[in-house]
Amino acid sequence: MGKSNSALRNPLGRVRGLGSAKEGTSHWWLQRVTSIALIPLAILFLAAIFSLVGADWAQVRTAFHNPFVAIVGLLTVGTLFWHFKLGIQVVIEDYVHGEAAKIATLFAVNAAIYVVGLAAMLSIVKMFLGD
Amino acid sequence: MAQVERPLSPHLQIYRLPLTAIMSITHRITGVGLGIGTLVLTWWLLAAAMGPEAYATFVKWVPGFWLGKLVLFGFSLAFFVHFCNGIRHLYWDTGRGFLPTESAQSDKVVLVCAAILTVLTWVVAFALMGRA
Repeated sequence: MGKSNSALRNPLGRVRGLGSAKEGTSHWWLQRVTSIALIPLAILFLAAIFSLVGADWAQVRTAFHNPFVAIVGLLTVGTLFWHFKLGIQVVIEDYVHGEAAKIATLFAVNAAIYVVGLAAMLSIVKMFLGD
Repeated sequence: MAQVERPLSPHLQIYRLPLTAIMSITHRITGVGLGIGTLVLTWWLLAAAMGPEAYATFVKWVPGFWLGKLVLFGFSLAFFVHFCNGIRHLYWDTGRGFLPTESAQSDKVVLVCAAILTVLTWVVAFALMGRA
């Protein structure tokens, strides 16, 4: 009777590997971690943007040559898109019904987030390294 | 047999939502809106990385065009509402502030802070634009 622990689990579910994915609260937790990180990051990045209001192209390029601006920019954009990915996932799961439609929407939105997020981050890297 | 008066769950089309509930759905709406708004942020970064002509196009259509300015204003308002309400959510996560009287009070704190920050942002932005 050493298997009493598994008595509540459906054998089919066990075969299919269903049940806890051992991720537990990680989605909820990461949503909080990214939101806390974004408090100082967003303020710093907004300050950088503010310093560039009315600036011409050359001034913007000069600003992103500064490693502090580039690092804050990369961290902000990366955390921002991560936070958005976590948040929009919950919205989609709540409002898009039907497994196929839900998975397709999640796939499309995640793909768009990766493309746009990488474009933003690559732009900062290019400005930091460029002339 | 007398009809039993059971409580009904709120019928969303006729039930007047309390402010806290309106701000809850507003947090989602502003979150999605800000996510879409990152396209403008990405456009700015891409344009600056691509060169002076691409950057001039961005400046012409976003800060230099009334509709672009309106989008930026909406973005800033959504940002500060989400930012302030997000901080309230973090406070709630500590298990505090859940009494109806407390949330009614923090509703107002969040809205007033968001309004002040948005107005301040645009006062500073227009002052900086005048400088350039």
